[in-house]
Amino acid sequence: MPSGRRGGASAKVAALRAAPSGRNGTQRVAQAPPSIPAVPSGNLVEVRGLATVLGGKTIFDGLDLDIARGKVTAIMGPSGCGKTTLLRHITGQRLPDAGSIRIDGADVPRLPRQALFELREKIGFLFQNSALLTDFTVFENVAFPLRQHLDLPEELVRNIVLTKLQAVGLRGAAGLTPAELSGGMARRVALARAIVRDPMLILYDEPFVGLDPIALNQIVKLIRTLNDTLGVTSILVAHEFSAVTRVADQVFLLAGGKVAAAGTPAELARGDSPWTRQFFGGEADGPVPFQYPAGDYAADLGFPAAGRA
Amino acid sequence: MSRARGPSMAGDALAQVGACGLFLLQILAALPASLRHVRETVRQVWFAGAMSLVIIMTCGLFVGMVLGLQLYYVLSIFGGTAALGTVVSLSLYRELGPVVTALLFAGRAGTSMTAEIGLMRATDQIEAMEMMAVDPLAYVVAPRFLAGVIAMPLLACIFNALGIFGAHLVGVAWLGLDNGTFWSNMTSSVDVWKDVVNGVWKSLAFGAVVSLIAVFQGYTTAPTSEGVAYATTRTVVASSIVVLALDFVMTAFLM
Repeated sequence: MPSGRRGGASAKVAALRAAPSGRNGTQRVAQAPPSIPAVPSGNLVEVRGLATVLGGKTIFDGLDLDIARGKVTAIMGPSGCGKTTLLRHITGQRLPDAGSIRIDGADVPRLPRQALFELREKIGFLFQNSALLTDFTVFENVAFPLRQHLDLPEELVRNIVLTKLQAVGLRGAAGLTPAELSGGMARRVALARAIVRDPMLILYDEPFVGLDPIALNQIVKLIRTLNDTLGVTSILVAHEFSAVTRVADQVFLLAGGKVAAAGTPAELARGDSPWTRQFFGGEADGPVPFQYPAGDYAADLGFPAAGRA
Repeated sequence: MSRARGPSMAGDALAQVGACGLFLLQILAALPASLRHVRETVRQVWFAGAMSLVIIMTCGLFVGMVLGLQLYYVLSIFGGTAALGTVVSLSLYRELGPVVTALLFAGRAGTSMTAEIGLMRATDQIEAMEMMAVDPLAYVVAPRFLAGVIAMPLLACIFNALGIFGAHLVGVAWLGLDNGTFWSNMTSSVDVWKDVVNGVWKSLAFGAVVSLIAVFQGYTTAPTSEGVAYATTRTVVASSIVVLALDFVMTAFLM
């Protein structure tokens, strides 16, 4: 699967070969002969009309969303707005009630199990709690996807794993067990495991939660560096706007089951909708109410007369 | 309230049985894929089987000693102490060996299977495997299920051997029964196919049932510490009831 960066480069080559005199990319691509592969769409993930109801609560109500190839896209929003649920829809772990989710053209909810697993081999997922296999060492955790899916010589497995651990700065920790790692280190090991098969898409579920400033900066730098050097597409769910500002190209703010705002981090910070003002301004009350829905307060306190008044 | 609760509990129990049956079908479907993970299966046989040896051998020895003592007392009333070896071995081969081994296995290995898979569920390790396109049914569940099926008959045989040794200790070494009488009566009365092999069939069935309950409870547990605790308890309770009920049914058919 070509990444956005590689796809873009091949498109340019194809266009130049096809029509060297063309004035713009669109014309050149349109004239390309049929033998040259089609230019991949600009979006790796396309969500259309997504509707989800969980426990009687509407999480998504016709959500439309596009994730651009080769970019870091952040999904933000108040707690319970469905950010993690969206990731689970994208990976096929949870089926929506309606709508479609396409990854590289494949309609995830309608994929048979085998095809879904084949798609997941091209996706890296970083869990909030790292989800390292506790019986294995750091090395074995990172080697796990390679050993399960590829019949590689052990020497090659060793080199790949050490390369990925070097990329996250933990080659020296290869022999440690997950119990011996700090939270930040565990997340970096999980990141090494997520990229060990060079995926086309990496999903990060709350990658900054519970990290000290040093570890947070390391993760921010790693997400950006890996995205740029590997040419992958990244989707991250996060609450920390300052970190998101430094790492994301595009931000979607989810609220009320839809996209409440979208744009670059700078655009959202300047936004003047009630949602962006409350979320990025950190206001306690607003479209997201401070009070959880409840009955009459006076009646709850035992003052029925006050309730009638 | 109690009238409504009764049918609801029965409905829940039936739903659990149905879900467990479907889970068994999923495990059987995952068995071919799990053959790729032979090392994991061997590791689980070691864990469920070899690590259970101490408790199985100790209990087998003491159960045999108690049987020897009690039966010697009863048989001596009728002057039939010569039949001690026969009665002890038949009791062990046909009933006590498979049943007590299954109950001990549920407490020792079944609970640990449930707790381990439940904690893997609670810490997202199961989900992480699914996200790495590794089927947890083939990698985690099926090897443990197979390990239970393989280990249980072996453990039951060892339990029987230690039980007979314990009865011999009490009857011959302590109470003075003739050694030749003990062994010759036993070998002439015990039928390999009707007694020993039927006991092995029982322990195979118990191994499958206990392992199935253990992995099912672990895999479907609520991903909380309380959920894992409840699942572990349910493994012991459900396994004990099912083993005893199944023992009655199998005995009725195998007699």
